[in-house]
Amino acid sequence: MPSLKDLRNRIASVKATQKITKAMQMVAAAKLRRAQEAAEAARPYSQRMASVLANLSAAMEGRDDAPPLLAGTAKTDNHLLLVCTAERGLCGGFNSSIAKLAREHADDLISEGKTVQILCVGKKGFDALKRLHGQRIIDTINLRGVRQIGFVNAHDIASRVLEMFDNGEFDICTLFYSEFKSVISQVPTAQRLIPSQVEAEAEVEPLDLAGAIYDYEPDETEILETLLPRNVAIQIFRALLENAASEQGARMSAMDNATRNAGEMIDKLTLSYNRQRQAQITKELIEIISGAEAL
Amino acid sequence: MAEKLKFELVSPERLLMSGDVKQVTVPGSEGEFGVLPSHAPVLSTLRPGIIDVVGDDGKQDRIFVRGGFAEVNPAGLTVLAEEAIHMDDLDAEALAQQIRNAEEDVTDATDDAKRQEAQETLDQLKQLQSAL
Repeated sequence: MPSLKDLRNRIASVKATQKITKAMQMVAAAKLRRAQEAAEAARPYSQRMASVLANLSAAMEGRDDAPPLLAGTAKTDNHLLLVCTAERGLCGGFNSSIAKLAREHADDLISEGKTVQILCVGKKGFDALKRLHGQRIIDTINLRGVRQIGFVNAHDIASRVLEMFDNGEFDICTLFYSEFKSVISQVPTAQRLIPSQVEAEAEVEPLDLAGAIYDYEPDETEILETLLPRNVAIQIFRALLENAASEQGARMSAMDNATRNAGEMIDKLTLSYNRQRQAQITKELIEIISGAEAL
Repeated sequence: MAEKLKFELVSPERLLMSGDVKQVTVPGSEGEFGVLPSHAPVLSTLRPGIIDVVGDDGKQDRIFVRGGFAEVNPAGLTVLAEEAIHMDDLDAEALAQQIRNAEEDVTDATDDAKRQEAQETLDQLKQLQSAL
């Protein structure tokens, strides 16, 4: 049975923890709003990009000079997994669910006899994957010092990935991130990055050009060659922004739970503290009374 | 002219402009071209330069873009800019910084093709500076 002093100390420490989690929840809520705005602001660009790409690749269909970024290298032996996670923990299952998805994907590929390389963006993904796939992780890109993710960050990662692709280090690249559905729901997602997956999204309706043919300046292949690398950067950028919003959402609900748990714990501890205090008073009274009776 | 051109300018970070305009001049990589309503479909890469927008009310907007794409289709003109700065917000200092960056690119270039590309960008930026 803990003494009264122990109980007092524990109540004080749980209260301090509760204050921290409460503060973290509020900070996450404020950051979430900003992250969500950034993610929404970036959406038009990637949508337009998708529709341009869809039109263009429709025009390229059936041609055998399509660039490898679109058509693939005709091999599927070497895989690169680009795993985007957060830099910080304390956000519920956010990091571990992305890492889990990536790990399962990697295991599947390995059992099929493919080679797998992993490039981590964010420290937490590296921490979660290094035990089982440590030797496959080629590098970790750190975004620790970045306050607001800009296009430059995504561009740096993309040029790294593209350089590896140009050197023939992998054939297929898959991007892992967490899609932001709502504050309480973030879905870990795997998306094929290279070769480009032209999304047949419902919102991007193929334009009826009524027989009109695009003029290309310069020609299709050249445009595709500049457009596709940009598309890779855009996809990474979008994933990073979605991730940032998801992270804050996950942290907010995790911290909300933690605050509530701490509250419950304080109630319980206070109850047993009061009980023990009363028991002690009763004991002292009994001692006094029986002492007086003995006289 | 009753017809309007639907114009959208987007950068990776956000949607910058969206609305109906009269005319847009776009700095295509193979020369500037003007886009009026019901222009034929074109897809073109951009070089760093100035987009000239003549608004619905005849008001002119000048926006500096650093490369990207322009797509004209029956629905309108979409410019996907790598980076876009409104000329009113562009100050000489920011431009000077860009030029310094471009100069670094020229010296850092690993092969001739890249160097030439960087040099072209630098020249265009310098041109822009003199236009300002």
